[in-house]
Amino acid sequence: MQWETVIGLEIHVQLSTRTKIFSGASTAFGAEPNTQACAVDLALPGTLPVLNAEAVRKAVAFGLAVDAEIGKRSVFERKNYFYPDLPKGYQTTQLAEPIVGPGHVDISLDDGSSRRVRIHHAHLEEDAGKSLHEDFHGMSGIDLNRAGTPLIEIVTEPDMRSAEEAVAFARKLHSIVTSIGICDGNMAEGSMRFDVNVSVRPAGSDTLGTRTETKNLNSFRFMEEAIELEVERQIEVIESGGEIVQETRLYNGDTKVARAMRSKEEANDYRYFPCPDLLPVIIDDSYIEAVRETLPMLPDQWKSLFIEQYGLSEYDASVLSSTPVQAAYYEEVAKRCGDGKLAANWVMGELAKYLNQNDTEIGASPVAAEQLGGLLERIKDDTISGNIAKKVFEVMWSEGGSADEIIEAKGLKQVTDTGAIEKIVDEVIANSDKQVEQYKAAPVEKRGKMLGFFMGQVMKATGGKANPGAVTGILKQKLDALCE
Amino acid sequence: MALERSDVEKIAHLARLQIREDEIPGYTGNLSNILALVDQLQAVDTDGVEPMSHPLDAVQRLRADEVTEPDQREALQAAAPAVENGLFLVPKVIE
Amino acid sequence: MFDKTLAELAGGLAAGDFSSVELTRSYLDRIKNEDAAYNSFITVTEEQALSQARAADERRAAGQAGAFTGLPIAHKDIFCTKGVRTSCASRMLDNFIAPYDATLIGRFNDAGAVMLGKTNMDEFAMGSSNESSFYGPSRNPWDTERVPGGSSGGSAAAVAARLAPAATGTDTGGSIRQPAALCGITGLKPTYGRVSRYGMIAYASSLDQAGPMARTAEDCALMLGVMAGFDKMDSTSVDREVPDYRLTLNDSLEGLKIGLPKEYFAADLNPAIAEQVHNAVREFEKLGATVKEVSLPNSALSVPAYYIIAPAEASSNLSRFDGVRYGYRCEDARDLEDLYKRSRGEGFGDEVKRRIMVGTYALSAGYYDAYYRKAQQVRRLIQQDFAAVLADVDVIMGPTTPQPAFRLGEKTSDPVQMYMEDIYTLALNLAGLPGMSIPCGQSNGLPVGLQIIGDYFSEAKLLNVAHRFQQATDWHQQSPIEG
Repeated sequence: MQWETVIGLEIHVQLSTRTKIFSGASTAFGAEPNTQACAVDLALPGTLPVLNAEAVRKAVAFGLAVDAEIGKRSVFERKNYFYPDLPKGYQTTQLAEPIVGPGHVDISLDDGSSRRVRIHHAHLEEDAGKSLHEDFHGMSGIDLNRAGTPLIEIVTEPDMRSAEEAVAFARKLHSIVTSIGICDGNMAEGSMRFDVNVSVRPAGSDTLGTRTETKNLNSFRFMEEAIELEVERQIEVIESGGEIVQETRLYNGDTKVARAMRSKEEANDYRYFPCPDLLPVIIDDSYIEAVRETLPMLPDQWKSLFIEQYGLSEYDASVLSSTPVQAAYYEEVAKRCGDGKLAANWVMGELAKYLNQNDTEIGASPVAAEQLGGLLERIKDDTISGNIAKKVFEVMWSEGGSADEIIEAKGLKQVTDTGAIEKIVDEVIANSDKQVEQYKAAPVEKRGKMLGFFMGQVMKATGGKANPGAVTGILKQKLDALCE
Repeated sequence: MALERSDVEKIAHLARLQIREDEIPGYTGNLSNILALVDQLQAVDTDGVEPMSHPLDAVQRLRADEVTEPDQREALQAAAPAVENGLFLVPKVIE
Repeated sequence: MFDKTLAELAGGLAAGDFSSVELTRSYLDRIKNEDAAYNSFITVTEEQALSQARAADERRAAGQAGAFTGLPIAHKDIFCTKGVRTSCASRMLDNFIAPYDATLIGRFNDAGAVMLGKTNMDEFAMGSSNESSFYGPSRNPWDTERVPGGSSGGSAAAVAARLAPAATGTDTGGSIRQPAALCGITGLKPTYGRVSRYGMIAYASSLDQAGPMARTAEDCALMLGVMAGFDKMDSTSVDREVPDYRLTLNDSLEGLKIGLPKEYFAADLNPAIAEQVHNAVREFEKLGATVKEVSLPNSALSVPAYYIIAPAEASSNLSRFDGVRYGYRCEDARDLEDLYKRSRGEGFGDEVKRRIMVGTYALSAGYYDAYYRKAQQVRRLIQQDFAAVLADVDVIMGPTTPQPAFRLGEKTSDPVQMYMEDIYTLALNLAGLPGMSIPCGQSNGLPVGLQIIGDYFSEAKLLNVAHRFQQATDWHQQSPIEG
C-alpha cells in the first residue's frame, strides 16, 4: 500500500529578551546554576508576575512576519501540573486567546515547487527550568535559570507531507525569527526546539491517522531522522496488523533511537484557567503599526528583490536570502561590483567554501562584503582574471587588505599589452615544436581544444597575469598562420 | 453531587496530596457536602453572562526589559531542603 | 497606655511623652505576659522591634519623623518579612524564613513603624475561626472559649486584647471584617488593587486584599495611608492617587444615602444582631443620613460562587509548595511522586487539603464549565447587583456576621456550616468592593459588627462614615480587658 505522511509542528522559540517574561532576572545562557533564578522565578511564596514589554513586542513582530492576525486581546492562563522544573506547579501560558492568530509561511522545495504551511496560532508562555540527570547520589539536580525565559510556541496545521517539507519549513522559520531579531536561533543552546506530530494514512485518504508527538528536537538533522524513523515505525506497525498509540516520544540523536516517554503516561488533566495574577493584554492598531515599522527585510522580501533586481535564479535567491546576515552581505557585494550573478557565484562559491573549511559564520567572515565587492569590481574591469581573483581572495582571507592593495603589492595586475603578450607567445611557439606539429596535423575542428597547452605555457611564463582573452586570440592567430 | 471514594483518590492524586486510607471516608463526606453547596449554582440562568475573572476592568501593564534582579542564589537557597552545587535536589526525574 | 489608640500614641510620641523604645518595650512585655491566654502571636520579634524603635527615636530626634514613625503594630503571618519566619500558620512553612519583604512590610518599614511580631491566622488564610492554624487557635479576648473569627483572628485578638494598637490583616472572603466583628474592633477591606499583594502569600489571587485592623476608624485611616498605593511588582495593583484619609474623617453625613439589603436581614440572621444593626442605622439617621431598603437578589449565591472560585485559585496557588525549593519536605521520599504527595499531605492541614481538592475538582476536565465558568458568571451577576444599588445609595449597611463569636470546636466538624459564617462578607470580595466592619453593639456580652460597603475606591467615604459613628457612640471603646 502507498502511505502518505502527515506532519504538524509545534515550535518553541526562545525570545531574545534581556530578562524573563515575568521577572527582572537575566536570561543570558550558560550562567552558574540558579544564579539567574530570582524570587519570582523560584515561585517564592507571595511573589507575582509582571509582563515583559519586549516579549509582547517580539511576539507581535513574529505575527506580522507570518502575516497572522494579531490578538488584540490576549489572556494568560495557568496550565497546572507538577514537575520539578516547573516551580509554581503551573506554567503560565495562553490557550483560548493567544497573542498571534492564524497565519502562514511559504516554503520552497528542492524540486522548485512551493507549499504553504498554515500557522494555527502562536502564544506567549514561560520556559521551564532544567532537570540535570547526572547522578547526585540517586537524585536529580534542578537548575531554574531557564525558568521564565519568554517563549512563543508556534503551532502549525498538519500541512507537511514529508520530512523534507518539515525541515524546509523549520529552516524557513529559523530564518524568519532570526531575520526579525526575536530569537538568536541558537539551536544547540535550545533557542528553538521542535515537537513533531506525525501520522500516516493510506494515500488518497482524507482522514487523519493516529499521531504521535516526538518532543524537543533541537537540530534540523535530528528532526529529519526522527520523522523518517517514526514514519517507518508507524507503517511497520500498521502493516503488521497493529495500531498506533497516541503517545509522546523522545528521539536520541546520538544513538538514533526513539522511545515512548515514561513520565507522562497518565492522561494529563491540566486544569487550565485564566491566571488571576495577570490581566488581559490589550494591543491597539497603533501599537501593531509601530511594531510593523521596526521589522527588517524578511527572507521572502530579500528573495524577490534578488530575483527582480539582480536576475538571480529562484534557487540562488532562496539560498542567499535564507539568513538576514547572508542576504545583507550578498546585497552589499552585488551593489559594490554591479553584477548580481558574479556576486552570487562568489558568495555561494569561493566565500562559502572558505567559510565551510574554517567553520565560520558569514557574519564573522574575515572578508567583509565591501572587500569582496571591491575584488569583483577588479574582475569586471579586467584588472585581474577570475583565477588571479581567487589568489587575491586567499590573501584577503588570511592577511586582510583591499583588492587593490593586494594586487599592487603582489604585482598581480593583468597583462593586457598585446605587444608583450605576442612576444611571449612567439617564445612559447618557438620552444614547442612537437606540440606545434601536432596542432598542424589535427583536423581544424579539434584545434581549439589543443590551445590549452599553449595557453598554460603562456600563463606559466606570465605568472598567470596575462589576460586570457587576449592570449587566446593571439595564440589562435599565430598558430593558424603556421598551418597555412 | 456525591463523590465516590475513587473520585477522592483521583482528585488527591491530581493535587499530589497523600490522603491516608482512614481519612478517605471523612474527605469523601465533606467534599460531597461542599459540592452539594456549590451545586446551587447549577440552577442559575447565566446564559449570555460574560465570566468575570477580575474584579477590576483593567488591562495588563508592561514592564521594561531591564535586569533588576541580581544573583541572590545564596539567600534564596537558604530555605531549600536539599541543595548541592547550587542545584535543588529531588528524587531522580524519569522522562 | 494600652487603651490609647494609634492616633493618641502618635500624639504621645510627637509630644515626647514617651519614646518608641518605651512604648515598644511595654507592648512586648504585655505580649509576653498576656498572650498565653489568646495565642494571638505566632512569632514575637522582640529584638527587631527594639532596634526599629531605637531607629525611630533617632529619626524623631533628627527631626525626620513622619506620622507613623515609632508606632508599634503587628503583622498577619501571611506577609513575607525578611529574615523572620513567615509561616502562614502552616506546618508547610514552619521553617520558612522569608528572604524578602512584602511590599506592604516595606512601606511600613519606610514609614518608621515597629513590628512587634507576626500574628496567628487560619492556615493559608483558609478559615473563619482561626482553628485551622498549625499553631493552635487564637482565642477571643471577650471569651477565651470562643473563636476570634478568621482568618485574621490573631490580628483581631491582639488588637482587642490590647497586645498591639493595630495590626494588618488580609481579607479574601471576610477575613478582616468577620474577626473584627467578633472581637469588637474596626477593620477595613480596601478595594481590590488598592493595596499591593506582592509578598502576601496568595490564597485566592482575584479576591485577596490586605487591610488595616485597629480600634478606630481614625486608626484605620492612618494605617491605610501607609498601606495603600501603586506597586509595579503587582500587575493587579491600581495606579491611582491615595488621598489623605484623615482629612475627610469629620465630613458631615448630612444627606448620606444608606441602603439596607433586604437579603441581609433574612430569617437566618440572629435577631439580637439584627436589632443592634438597626440601632446603629438609627444612629446614622440622627447624623443626617437617609435610609432605604435595597435588594441584592443574587447575594445568597455568593457562598457557592466563592467556594468554587477561591478553592480553584487556591489549588493552583498552593502547587508551589512541593518540598523542592523551600518549606516542609517529607523524610526519605521513595521517588518524586512520593516526595510531592507526602510533603504536601503532611505539610498541609485538613481544611487546606479540602479546599485544594474542591478547587482541583472544579477545574478538572469535564467540570470546568459547570463549576468554574459558571461561578465566574454568577460573580458577574453579583457585581451587577452591587453596581445597581450603589448607583442609588452612597453606602450599603448590614450585619458583618450572622451571629456573634461561636465556641471553639462548634463548627469544625462541618465545613459547610463554617462557610455560612461568611454569608454577608463574601460577595464584596467577589465584586472587589471595599467594606468595613465596626463595633455597633453587643449580644450577651459579645461584640456585634456593622458592615459598611461602598463603591470602588470609596475608602475615604467608608472611614468618614465609620468615624462619625464612632464620634457619636462608644461601642468601639468597649474593652474585653479589665482595668
